[in-house]
Amino acid sequence: MSVLILIDHAEGQIKKASFEVLSYGAAVAQQLGTNAEGLLLGTVQDDLPALGKYGITKLNQVSNEALNAVDALVYAKAIAEAVTLTGATVLVLSHNQTGKAVAAITAAKLTAGLVAGAVDLPDTTNGFVVKKAVFSGKAFANVAITSAIKIISLNPNSYKTMAGEGIAGVSQLNITVAAAAIKVTSVNRVKGEVPLTEAEIVVSGGRGLKGPENWGMVEDLAHVLHAATACSRPVADSGWRPHHEHVGQTGVQVAPNLYIAIGISGAIQHLAGVNRSKHIVVINKDPEAPFFKAADYGIVGDAFDVVPKLTEEIKKLKNS
Amino acid sequence: MKILVCISKTPDTTSKIAFKDNSTKFEENGVQWIINPYDEWYALVRAIELKEKDASIVIHLITVGGADIEPIIRKALALGGDEAIRVNTTGDDSFYIAAQIAEVAKQGGYNLIFTGKETIDYNSSSVGGIVAGLLDVPFVSLATKFDLAGSTATITREIDGGEETAEVQLPVVVSCAKGVAEQRIPNMRGIMGARTKPLKVVEPAAIEPLTHINSYGLPPAKAGVKLVAADNVAELVRLLHEEAKAI
Repeated sequence: MSVLILIDHAEGQIKKASFEVLSYGAAVAQQLGTNAEGLLLGTVQDDLPALGKYGITKLNQVSNEALNAVDALVYAKAIAEAVTLTGATVLVLSHNQTGKAVAAITAAKLTAGLVAGAVDLPDTTNGFVVKKAVFSGKAFANVAITSAIKIISLNPNSYKTMAGEGIAGVSQLNITVAAAAIKVTSVNRVKGEVPLTEAEIVVSGGRGLKGPENWGMVEDLAHVLHAATACSRPVADSGWRPHHEHVGQTGVQVAPNLYIAIGISGAIQHLAGVNRSKHIVVINKDPEAPFFKAADYGIVGDAFDVVPKLTEEIKKLKNS
Repeated sequence: MKILVCISKTPDTTSKIAFKDNSTKFEENGVQWIINPYDEWYALVRAIELKEKDASIVIHLITVGGADIEPIIRKALALGGDEAIRVNTTGDDSFYIAAQIAEVAKQGGYNLIFTGKETIDYNSSSVGGIVAGLLDVPFVSLATKFDLAGSTATITREIDGGEETAEVQLPVVVSCAKGVAEQRIPNMRGIMGARTKPLKVVEPAAIEPLTHINSYGLPPAKAGVKLVAADNVAELVRLLHEEAKAI
């Protein structure tokens, strides 16, 4: 009746989101009075026993290189089989792009109730109730899972990664992996940038920046903060920035520690994508911009004047 | 070639979200219902675009809901599609909804099943995957491009930190995100034609839901914004560093 945690990886490296779900899954196991185990499908270069520091006692690996690419159906079947072989009753994974591809299929294969997009630890005082974000971040729901096997996919940046002491024993799981039906012909990963959904800090620009040629100062600010860049919907629709940077109800929903909105008025659809951010800073020359009502800190002023100064001040802080 | 497009209704994106009955039910009073944007703009329109290139393609729409969902399905039919199927039940468990769709899909012999990447109310991104799992066919999530040549689909999809392109033989279930199709609005001819398109009602299969929503809540209100003067940017940095501990 252990808790099994999927360790997601790409290009030989474990993703940051996996450390978060390991910490989360270990806390779930502690709450249930059971063990937390990791599940790694494929191969990575990371030090696997060291993952014990996130609270897992054992790491189950299926070291089949075919699993380094994610064919959702094949991958999910392997997860389902691993759940059965390890006797796990709770499966935890990230609600990142991999999680969105595989969690639901796994739920179908195991007839397991799934809460997708959890934002907190389950409440196990009466049943098994998981809080998740709904209405694109405008609200949350407390969802009871009633099936014997339970699956939780955790929204990125919802739980604090906690590392302590510990070594995990690594053991190989013997699973026959079906041939992939999906043949990947090209992979295009944005290099050198912080992925938006994993970023601790996000710097986002709106129409107030007047044109794509003015994004240099947004990128400069993002650079000194090691932040990801994002934008509002009109900016993406005008082709000033790529669509994958569009944050909002119909774009990406983010929950960073700090969200800095520059020249974004704060339409309700945009707020839906950012209102789980812990701290929000708004820079806008219109004091009536609705975003100020959702912000923690604000500057009423011209972005072209304020943003370069902000970058300079942060540089000073980092160098002090 | 038969395509099944899954259609869900959601509150309009500008809706104020509130709850009633001790926070156990969504307050529907005053809410405008729309077709879930991802289902409409991307999944449905891409199916219509494919049919515009190949008239032999048959498009069925499927929705799970009570009779009150029919205006939404008619609106979808006004955009395109040959006929619609409504499974006459309601629920908030992804498995329950998806299993109802899978039951219909099993009978229909569909080559391609499209869903939106998620609904904008429950945001679970789960129905497509569960349908694929129950049918045991490949699933491609978060597609941003979809092309078809014969029985081979070429699909670009979002992965963490980028995208990848892959080929897969039909049948396949695909969840559609921005980029798959160009958003369009129905014309008068479509609206008139939708009135006479078949809308079949089927009764639900006996399936146990695996989750249920106990209650809802709203995020805590912000304490109020602390404004810093535009000529005192250093103060903002101090607050972010010392008070928020965010930088």
